[in-house]
Amino acid sequence: MEYINLLFSEIYKILYVLIPVLVSVTMIVWLDRRIWAFVQKRRGPNVVGPFGLFQTLADALKYIFKEIIIPASSNKVIFILAPIVTMTLALIAWAVIPFSEDYVLADINVGILYIFAISSLGVYGIIMGGWASNSKYPFLGSIRSAAQMVSYEVSIGVIIINVLLCVGSLNLSDIVLAQEKIWFVIPLFPMFVIFFISSLAETNRPPFDLPEAEAELVAGYQTEYSGMMYAMFWLGEYANILLMCALGSILFLGGWLAPIDTPLFEMVPPPAWLIFKILFLFVLFALIKAIVPRYRYDQLMRLGWKVFLPFSLIWVVLTSGYLLYFDLLPVY
Amino acid sequence: MNIIRIFKTVFLIDFLTGLLIAIKELFKPKKTLNYPFEKGKISPRYRGEHALRRYPNGEERCIACKLCEAVCPAQAITIESTAREDGSRKTTRYDIDMLKCIYCGLCEESCPVDAIVQGPNFEFATHTREELYYNKEKLLENGDRWENVLAANIKADNPYR
Repeated sequence: MEYINLLFSEIYKILYVLIPVLVSVTMIVWLDRRIWAFVQKRRGPNVVGPFGLFQTLADALKYIFKEIIIPASSNKVIFILAPIVTMTLALIAWAVIPFSEDYVLADINVGILYIFAISSLGVYGIIMGGWASNSKYPFLGSIRSAAQMVSYEVSIGVIIINVLLCVGSLNLSDIVLAQEKIWFVIPLFPMFVIFFISSLAETNRPPFDLPEAEAELVAGYQTEYSGMMYAMFWLGEYANILLMCALGSILFLGGWLAPIDTPLFEMVPPPAWLIFKILFLFVLFALIKAIVPRYRYDQLMRLGWKVFLPFSLIWVVLTSGYLLYFDLLPVY
Repeated sequence: MNIIRIFKTVFLIDFLTGLLIAIKELFKPKKTLNYPFEKGKISPRYRGEHALRRYPNGEERCIACKLCEAVCPAQAITIESTAREDGSRKTTRYDIDMLKCIYCGLCEESCPVDAIVQGPNFEFATHTREELYYNKEKLLENGDRWENVLAANIKADNPYR
């Protein structure tokens, strides 16, 4: 009996995080399309629900009722598994995101490593999708995507090392609490910029949306997918974008902390601050989608390996040197 | 690469300028119409859905001269006619295949009595092809429904004909 109680309380806790994430993913798709349209002076989705807010729900409903077509020459098991893997991996990473001091599903000691591992696994969903489709465009798209995600993950990893040097802990709550005096965005501003650009590449957003470059690759690894499986790829992609925004606000923008410690700001609940910061970063994501042209493949690789990686490595040396010289290394 | 160029690249100057422009454009009025609720202005010469007009006393204008049938480049119009008891010649059949029609407006131009006209209506999409084979009743009904607009449009366009 006790065991069942524990199980249900855990499920309840999971739903408490999962449902807000899924709902905000649908809202974020709407926001993305809307901002994109506004920059181009269009109206965007504005018919379904107030301001078109339920457009994504309507789209999802449409996808559910669409037929799922599985290509005859595809590897059926992997073909079906790929979107499931993508979406699951995008969602389970949310387990360690702290929304406030005590509102976190799994307060594990190696939270940042966990997120890093999960987002590295994310490339498998895409590779599986592209390979199992047994078709040239999905295959090329997934190869590109794999190369891109792997190379930018390296620089993201090095950037995270910068933050970890200043914190001395891999726990995400500790990282947020270490920013009580000053957000890391100020001392580590160049790292924040590189992290932001790398997370654009990591989530296949424009200007790095080469895997889905429609002019040359139809729709990349999603070409052969239809119906709910396609929708799951999309949901996973946007959940990943949201996750990278959350990670950016936790690592650099002080997570759930208010900008200044005043009584007025204390009235706002801590999760709301995190949501504001995630939204701020996402609006930047959406604006960038509207203003930039797509990178060429060699430019993308050059930026990742020849610019970001050396620069962030140098910055690691600078940060650790600074901390060591002034004896500021955190002790845990 | 000169120094200014390197400076611009490192500090993402071009990118930030673009971002500022995007934020400015974000709040400007929209160029597109909220279509089903808002509609664009249509010229009096607009060549939309066809209509057959009547005289104010209810008599059909069409005299079955078949000029429109002859001029129609898509051969979309089919007319049959008889003489009535009072000696006037009237149509018994006036069909337009709206699927063949290319909306060139030659029928309207050729008509000596302004009977066949193309009105301002462009929203007559249907679910089946059959609904787009217009017959005389449908065309006359269109004429009755749009008469005010049609008369005003013909009047507005008159000086230029």
